[in-house]
Amino acid sequence: MSVAEQSIAGAEARGHGFMASSVGRKVIMAATGIVLFGFVTVHMIGNTQAYMGAETFNGYAKFLHSMLHGGGIWIFRAVLLAAAGLHIWAAVTLTLDNQAARPVGYRTQQSVASTWSSRTMRWSGFILAAFIVYHLLHLTTGQAHPNFDHANPYANFVNGFKVPAAAGFYVVAQLCLGLHMWHGVWSVTQSLGLAHPRYDSLRRHFATGLTFLVVGVNISYPIAVLTGVIH
Amino acid sequence: MSHKSMNLTLHVWRQKNAKCDGKFVEYKADGVSPDMSFLEMLDVVNEGLIAKGEEPIEFDHDCREGICGMCSMVINGRPHGPKERTTTCQLHMRSFKDGDSITLEPWRAEAFPVVRDLVVDRTAFDRIVAAGGFITAPAGTPQDANALPISKENADLSMDAAACIGCGACVAACPNASAMLFVSAKISHLGLLPQGQPERYIRVRDMIAQMDAEEFGTCTNHGECEAACPKGIKMENIARMNRDYIKASLTYRPATSGGGGAG
Repeated sequence: MSVAEQSIAGAEARGHGFMASSVGRKVIMAATGIVLFGFVTVHMIGNTQAYMGAETFNGYAKFLHSMLHGGGIWIFRAVLLAAAGLHIWAAVTLTLDNQAARPVGYRTQQSVASTWSSRTMRWSGFILAAFIVYHLLHLTTGQAHPNFDHANPYANFVNGFKVPAAAGFYVVAQLCLGLHMWHGVWSVTQSLGLAHPRYDSLRRHFATGLTFLVVGVNISYPIAVLTGVIH
Repeated sequence: MSHKSMNLTLHVWRQKNAKCDGKFVEYKADGVSPDMSFLEMLDVVNEGLIAKGEEPIEFDHDCREGICGMCSMVINGRPHGPKERTTTCQLHMRSFKDGDSITLEPWRAEAFPVVRDLVVDRTAFDRIVAAGGFITAPAGTPQDANALPISKENADLSMDAAACIGCGACVAACPNASAMLFVSAKISHLGLLPQGQPERYIRVRDMIAQMDAEEFGTCTNHGECEAACPKGIKMENIARMNRDYIKASLTYRPATSGGGGAG
């Protein structure tokens, strides 16, 4: 048996599959990240119809619920739930591995290249997870809404954001989304191996541009309601 | 050239062996010449300690010309100190000011146990290379240099990756103690050359499996490794490793027990 064959046998003996490996879980993280930031982008674009009045917005909601005879929205929900679940699973297991990799820390550690965004991914991700639960209870199922009406999503949107504390939490969550996306969108390209010096500035600018667009438009909704632009 | 000497305060991690707990101990380094290298400054401090009958500060060093990768220590929170692309032995005291306080710590990683004071055991790196960081072609006598065509670009990129001296600064600087810059450099320097192709996709799986078995952390794309690397190894190598690993995972065939079918 050659040396190379021995090492293959070694890798197999460790039962080291794709999902168990460090790089494999990074790839899962990146692939599910694409689904999630793709969703928030489409979600942001769809909601711009709030600026077009109650009829358009409620029509859009009706369309979402009637796609594929009502099955379409459940397909979207299933894919998003699976993506979010895998994303959180990969984040938790990788974080635990990373903490175990340095049980004794430094007295002083200087950051040279990392950003506030990259260092706070765990925190921004945790706040986003909490926000998503609140957001679903607030504007999808209505338990966290003051006067929820299943037949009138536009009224739920306006009345929901009239509560300053709720609008404030939305703004904070969107700033967390910005921190998460700015590092995450760029990270996706690195984790999937899509790096080439020719596109280095492009992928950085893509992450910055998409982050500002999504977060900027999303933050405008509660502010537009509170200032009376949407009423 | 400045000849004004400096007085410094050192806070050094002292640890008797891998099993004992360590602690920071304060030392005065007086009359330090700005032209000394950092290791020469430590040599002078140690001579003073020996003269007083104390145990000298243990640190790794070998070539003292920036190519062996032994002089591992974290200086004021940065591996190999404040200067870019510089090992500790190539760092000079003119990078510091009179009255400075300097904290010295060993590399911190589960995979690099502290042997003593600032000395860590980096054989985890050797085991990763032994898992696949080589080619198994019988070497024989050297063939003519131009017998195997290699593009200039790939030759350059491969040499850039091969510049890795295995010092471990990437692991020390990484907030996750990940070894991915090191492993990706080893994978890239072979994977970019024709000689490395036959085992390219076996190599990436085996080396990553060994890297994980050594309990290094995982990359979260901070970029601290690249900034700390004394040889300027680029994060582009990590992307190449990820790319090769994805391809290897998609196209991998389990080894058959019967050997080759032909004949």
